[in-house]
Amino acid sequence: MHELGIIIHVAKSLDAVAKENHLTRIGSVTLEIGEVSGIVPEYLTDCWSYYRKKNPLTTEAELRIETLPATTYCEACKKTYPTVAHGKQCPHCGSFGTYLLAGNECNIKEIEAC
Amino acid sequence: MSEFKVIEIKKNILEDNDREAECLRGELKENRTFLLNLMSSPGAGKTTTLVRTIEALKDRLRIGVMEADIDSDVDADTIAKTGVRAVQIHTRGMCHLDADMTRQGLESLGTEDLDLAVLENVGNLVCPAEFDTGAVKNVMILSVPEGDDKPLKYPLMFSICDVLLINKIDVLSYFDFDIDSCVARVRRLNPDIQIIPVSSRTGEGLDAWYDWLYEQVQQWNR
Repeated sequence: MHELGIIIHVAKSLDAVAKENHLTRIGSVTLEIGEVSGIVPEYLTDCWSYYRKKNPLTTEAELRIETLPATTYCEACKKTYPTVAHGKQCPHCGSFGTYLLAGNECNIKEIEAC
Repeated sequence: MSEFKVIEIKKNILEDNDREAECLRGELKENRTFLLNLMSSPGAGKTTTLVRTIEALKDRLRIGVMEADIDSDVDADTIAKTGVRAVQIHTRGMCHLDADMTRQGLESLGTEDLDLAVLENVGNLVCPAEFDTGAVKNVMILSVPEGDDKPLKYPLMFSICDVLLINKIDVLSYFDFDIDSCVARVRRLNPDIQIIPVSSRTGEGLDAWYDWLYEQVQQWNR
């Protein structure tokens, strides 16, 4: 359950943001989760339902998840391609000399709060 | 909801953990303690390998061990029999340790008089790879019965480790485990990783591992 670990980190961050901005209630939290981050959105939601009750600040906060697509860059032919469909090997030239450009994100995008 | 206002945050969730880990490494450097993070799936041989390693190095290094598990003290008990200090960390349902939990573990272990602290992470090839614990080096064990396709299935773990021990090579002839293709798969993900085939049951290959670890500890604590 590394989703639980992530939720605990989210809760800690929100606590800090709330203190900084003098917030008392959070209505929603929006996360950006990369397609190949290995994070399962459904588990994240379950963990949030459990963990948000631990702090009056987040008790009523709804969790929203936006998925970001994964893109890989090929150093050999300088092209990009969708990671999920092709993995580590470039579909244009067959090279394995590739690296992930985007898709591993795990960000707090925004919150609604007062 | 009308009273709520939108606040942009745009913050990496693991940023705080990464900072905490960096800070912990700095303190370890100052204290001259080397922290090793040992990872594998359950049953790959972390504890057995660790017991052998302690036996081989305990006359030359002052060693302490943190055993992380969701529950139970069986591993800490096994380690304590070697005569080195061991503490059990219960993660209470979590599948990995983060930097903050590692710090708490180090505090309960006490590191002032240690050259080498070992964190035996929760058995899992997925989650521990995501969280920097503050360790100086990350080492993983893949055992022969698990199969040579694991680098394809759990690429992140193989990407972040400094050493891969391929364990249980004494039973290679019973399994369809192709060491060469396993090594090729790992190298594709991580060209710099050191790969050492070993058997923690017979001791085969372990000298190269002890030498690597001893050398790393010496360099860090210099």
